[in-house]
Amino acid sequence: MQKHTISLLVDNEPGVLSRVAGLFSGRGFNIESLCVAETLDPAISRITLVTRGDDAITEQINKQLNKLINVIKVHNLTGTEYVEREMALIKVQARADYRAEILRVVDIFRCSVVDVSSTHYTIEVTGTADKLAAILSLLRPMGVKEIARTGAIALGREKK
Amino acid sequence: MKTLTGAQIIMAVLKEEGVDTIFGFPGGAVIDIYDELDRTDIQHILVRHEQGAAHAADGYARAKGSVGVCLVTSGPGATNTVSGIASAYMDSIPVVVLTGQVPTALIGNDAFQEVDIVGITRPCTKHNYLVKRTDDLARVLKEAFHIARSGRPGPVLVDLPKDVAQGKAKYKPLPEPRMASYNPTYQPNLKQLHRAIELIKEAKRPVVFSGGGVILSGASKELTEFARKLNAPVTASLMGLGSFPGSHPLWLGMLGMHGTYRANMAIGECDLLIGIGVRFDDRVTGKVAAFAPNAKIIHIDIDPTSISKNIPVTIPIVGDCKVSLRELNRLLNEEKVKFTKKARKPWLDQIEKWKNTKPLRYEQKDTIKPQYVIERLYELTKGKAIITTEVGQNQMWAAQFYHFDHPNCFITSGGLGCMGFGLPAAIGAQMACPDRLVVDVAGDGSIQMNIQELATAVQYGLPVKVVILNNRYLGMVRQWQELFYKKKYMATDIEHAPDFSRLAEAYGALGLKATKPEEVDSVLEEGLKSPGPAMMDFWVAREEGVYPMVPAGAALTEMLLV
Repeated sequence: MQKHTISLLVDNEPGVLSRVAGLFSGRGFNIESLCVAETLDPAISRITLVTRGDDAITEQINKQLNKLINVIKVHNLTGTEYVEREMALIKVQARADYRAEILRVVDIFRCSVVDVSSTHYTIEVTGTADKLAAILSLLRPMGVKEIARTGAIALGREKK
Repeated sequence: MKTLTGAQIIMAVLKEEGVDTIFGFPGGAVIDIYDELDRTDIQHILVRHEQGAAHAADGYARAKGSVGVCLVTSGPGATNTVSGIASAYMDSIPVVVLTGQVPTALIGNDAFQEVDIVGITRPCTKHNYLVKRTDDLARVLKEAFHIARSGRPGPVLVDLPKDVAQGKAKYKPLPEPRMASYNPTYQPNLKQLHRAIELIKEAKRPVVFSGGGVILSGASKELTEFARKLNAPVTASLMGLGSFPGSHPLWLGMLGMHGTYRANMAIGECDLLIGIGVRFDDRVTGKVAAFAPNAKIIHIDIDPTSISKNIPVTIPIVGDCKVSLRELNRLLNEEKVKFTKKARKPWLDQIEKWKNTKPLRYEQKDTIKPQYVIERLYELTKGKAIITTEVGQNQMWAAQFYHFDHPNCFITSGGLGCMGFGLPAAIGAQMACPDRLVVDVAGDGSIQMNIQELATAVQYGLPVKVVILNNRYLGMVRQWQELFYKKKYMATDIEHAPDFSRLAEAYGALGLKATKPEEVDSVLEEGLKSPGPAMMDFWVAREEGVYPMVPAGAALTEMLLV
């Protein structure tokens, strides 16, 4: 079951997200992650969603999405040249003996500390799913208190 | 530009769209619309339950080949239409459902008779709208009709808050909408058509399989021409009955779970299957892995999601059935491809052999056989009636024993299998075709689900005829229990029922009853001849089954026969 990143342009109207989500639940497809925001044109939103399925399922997902009246464009990015990023905010315990180590990790992964207190750091990290997984595995032993993650967002690459 | 109220705008658009009939039931949220409806020449048919309004609009749409409209109030009015909407959705029938809604200021407050009908019907409409401003009303309604009837048709619901109907807006007639995100493909890809022609040239044992899409696109003539050029036998899904003449020598009968022996065998043996306007649902295919195992498959459909959803196909063709068939016929002419009867002889001989060994049959003895009633109905109406059905055994016997020569004459809830469909659908069909004879073939179970619509038929003098095949059972489930559940008839015995002929009289319709075979003709004759609505109650053999039957999950060729 291959992972697919699908980018949709949809009408920016109430209920559209529900149509997309309902299609997935109603037909037994799954959504691993989902990101929605307005595009430069306020009448249009972009939905980036990550799903899994074999070829037949992916073809159905693609066609069924296209069939929704409010969906303007469906682009399955998987198998094409594209960039994909996720973001996470990680609140990690900052005990005195770990503080330097946490900052070193932040430095290595080129992320930043966006909130500090006497007991914790909140780290903002952006990257591929692999990068997020890597930094999490390093921070977890030091005590991750909370985490908030976006789903993937992605855009196709322009021809060079 | 004129300034109109929302209700006036609704009427203006309905008139522009050529609507002459609305099936509905009023309520607080739609009083303004009803008030305005009274000022038009649109005929309103007051049903007795909103499910009836949705089914009637569906029956109207199918008989007339245009969009059916129903109008109901908010809350329960809206929720009562859901079965009707879902049925129209499964069968791709163009219906516009107008529902009242509480005023916009109250939406979300759990107001009296408030329900999120747009949310509820999202998965069973082709599209739906909540109109929040009177300014948007004309555009939304135009889009609703456009979406309902174009591409693969389907129901569209428009939710109309009371203040939107009361509010005012500038209005001028709008042109047919153009939508960036909705452009159905009518014209098939020429390269695919050429590839199809190559397969057709090579095929020795082709079968044409026609579905509801052929009827919806009005492609019956093109289909008949296509089959004749190929000299290929034709079968159809339940929804496709009437798309090809039932009395034509190339006709195989319906295929699938209760299809004919020859149709199902032909699918098993064919080397090319040409599916047109079909979606290969499970009642048609039986066990998918064993479906048309020796065949290459060409699949023509306007909805890309239908293609390769259930059955992998060799050549997909996305396009309108009529346009595609016309193009195929043109290419066959151009390339001078024509198969004579002689060229097809071995295949047609084989089919004839199947036809003669296992025809549809029953024995008419002391008790009335339901099949006999349908056969007599066919004879006495000369095959010219519009037949609607309920769901279950009655539906299958009607499909097997009434031979449909023309499209738009068999109106049934195919995909959803919605009991209670037939009577309101017959009312809709009768409104669409006032001069035709409309007969609802019913079971004693189904008819009780919307029997209140008899009052509607009587009120408007609609001469619909109801033929009840009364076996005092929920017969189709009983048949499954007989065959697969050791004859344990759990919850299927419905002997406790009203006397339908006397009930009909109580409604003001003609009520008749036949309990012996020799009474069948006289009851049918009297009922069909009567000027008003009539309900004919035929007491049939209780445990008669529908055969052939392909058990669920078995291959089509593994039929249980009588």
